[in-house]
Amino acid sequence: MSGAGMRHLRALQTLAAPLALLVIVAAIGAGTTASTQQDFITALISATIVYGLYVFIGNSGVISFGQISFTAVGAFSAGVLTIPTQPKRLTMPGLWSFLAQHSISTFPSLVLAAALGALFAALVAFPLMRLSGIAAGIATFSVLEITYNVLDQWTKIGPGPNALALVPTTIGVWQALLGAVFAAVVAFVYQRSRRGRLLRAAREDPAAARAVGVRITRERLIAFAISGGLAGLGGGLLVHQLGTITVDQVYLELTFLTLAMLVIGGSGSLWGATVGALAISLLDSWLAAAENTVHVFSLFTVTLPTGASDLILGVIMAAMLLFRPQGLTGGAEFSLAFLSRAGAWIRSRTRGAPPTEPEAPPLDHVRQTEPH
Amino acid sequence: MNVLQTIIDGIALGALYALVAIGLALVFGVLRLINFAQGELISAGAYSLYVTRNLPLGASIAICFAVCIVMAFLMERIAFRPLRGASPATTLVASFAVAFALEAVWLLAFGSQGKPGDALYRLNTLAVHGSLDLRWDTIAELGAGVVLLGGTALLLARTDIGLQMRAAAHDFRTARLIGIRTNAVISLAFVLSGVMAAVVALLYTVQQPLVTNTFGLDIVIIALIGAVVGGIDRLWTATAGAFAAGFATSVLASALPAGQLQFQTAWLFLLLLIALLIRPAGLFGPLRARQVERV
Repeated sequence: MSGAGMRHLRALQTLAAPLALLVIVAAIGAGTTASTQQDFITALISATIVYGLYVFIGNSGVISFGQISFTAVGAFSAGVLTIPTQPKRLTMPGLWSFLAQHSISTFPSLVLAAALGALFAALVAFPLMRLSGIAAGIATFSVLEITYNVLDQWTKIGPGPNALALVPTTIGVWQALLGAVFAAVVAFVYQRSRRGRLLRAAREDPAAARAVGVRITRERLIAFAISGGLAGLGGGLLVHQLGTITVDQVYLELTFLTLAMLVIGGSGSLWGATVGALAISLLDSWLAAAENTVHVFSLFTVTLPTGASDLILGVIMAAMLLFRPQGLTGGAEFSLAFLSRAGAWIRSRTRGAPPTEPEAPPLDHVRQTEPH
Repeated sequence: MNVLQTIIDGIALGALYALVAIGLALVFGVLRLINFAQGELISAGAYSLYVTRNLPLGASIAICFAVCIVMAFLMERIAFRPLRGASPATTLVASFAVAFALEAVWLLAFGSQGKPGDALYRLNTLAVHGSLDLRWDTIAELGAGVVLLGGTALLLARTDIGLQMRAAAHDFRTARLIGIRTNAVISLAFVLSGVMAAVVALLYTVQQPLVTNTFGLDIVIIALIGAVVGGIDRLWTATAGAFAAGFATSVLASALPAGQLQFQTAWLFLLLLIALLIRPAGLFGPLRARQVERV
């Protein structure tokens, strides 16, 4: 096959494999009982949020602890605006009249969630992205704290410390699949675009990228805003899945969980984000259920104490960083090229030709700068 | 509202956050590691005070110090030493994972109900009252802040190991090349952060007697962001930044109007963000932002 044709085929695999996995998970979920199905919907929504994290963290190499703020904004804006006006007046009497008097349907609320997430992200990115990598990562925590505090207390825009309830539960397994597919396509298009490539170049070598004219701050800002939009969309899907949500559900725990998904899967590739999100989400759902008691193949029952799921995930994540820092997928995109690579390897053994280079953008991509 | 009172309380809380930041900045200096799990040392110390609440006070305090120091030492050995040489982004996520795993351990061991850990509850009384109220724990925080900040400064400036630590923080690779025992220096940085954590656990429980599993994380997040705002790449700028964050926390609590008090956290972090916007190189850092990417 010609070089260009091969490249297109590879690019197609990069997107097709994650999409295929999403479809498989959705199809399995659709065939299960209603209660188990929720776990699969959760997995697909987690994938949406993790794609959001991946767009920024994976492409820039900067860790952010703040993306769940945009999920929270998405969840609460979509939730508050879709509750019918009649019960809204009773459950949230302090609401601004504009919010109290309007009610929209699910689809526009999801668009709104994504738009607000992106807008908020772009806004906070101005002070944050001027910082260097690690400092920016830590500072994103302040966004999470502000969002949590405001949503938890301000009764003009939401339920305050109470749960946001009576949100129409319109997201089933197929709708969640659509959301996740959309997020995957956005992440794919971005990472193959000029903008995405510039940011990836800056990730590999900030000094060299700057020297050839890459404006790192601007590229990071763009990625941060796209990331915020996808995280916001994930929040919108989440609130329409659950129907009832509290601010604590979109705070530290979810930040940890989604970061664990990205890191365990491999933050360097779309494939890694997909595998990590789906696998860890399903594992987490199972562990959470096991904190109540689950039956394993009706052979024996397992009951885990409260907190055990976080401990197990924390240990898996730390162990992954110790032994395989590029994640389950090794940071590589899915590729059938391993077949041709294997062929090339065999030929190289017999003819002595050099083997082809595998491509693997690692997590360990932040170039270690020497302290002065 | 007495202005002097507000300032004194602010300095006391600032001193506490400054102690946390010393540990963070020492570890960051030698390893380029931002240690989220430092907060879990504070939690461990506070829980040890709860567990030993029936022992004599001296024993209880000694155990608290022992627990914090041993845990800091083990944390470095088990979790962070194998990651030596990994990128700051990797170690940052690893320390976050360690922090979360330990939080889950606290939840498993002690449940979600807060446990009383105020071994030094006697300090929660007024030493001076009148126009100016001064509690003993405020005095203790001020004293501990002065003694430990001064002690650290002396250790770094006047001792051999302090000199080595400064050298390692300045240029780790060269320091190793000229024969500095880097493992000893790194262990010392963690042990010192353990000592600071024990002091913070002892004093912070006086105001917040109920220890929950996020006890330490809540403290470390504010101290860490304060340190970043101040400039985490140098000890004194990081410490000053965390001090400023603690000071601001305390001042906001008395300066905000009643209707805004519930948004204290939001205002605090908004202030910190604004500080970052104005001085991205650190509030106390150089005037001109560096061109070369540094952590």
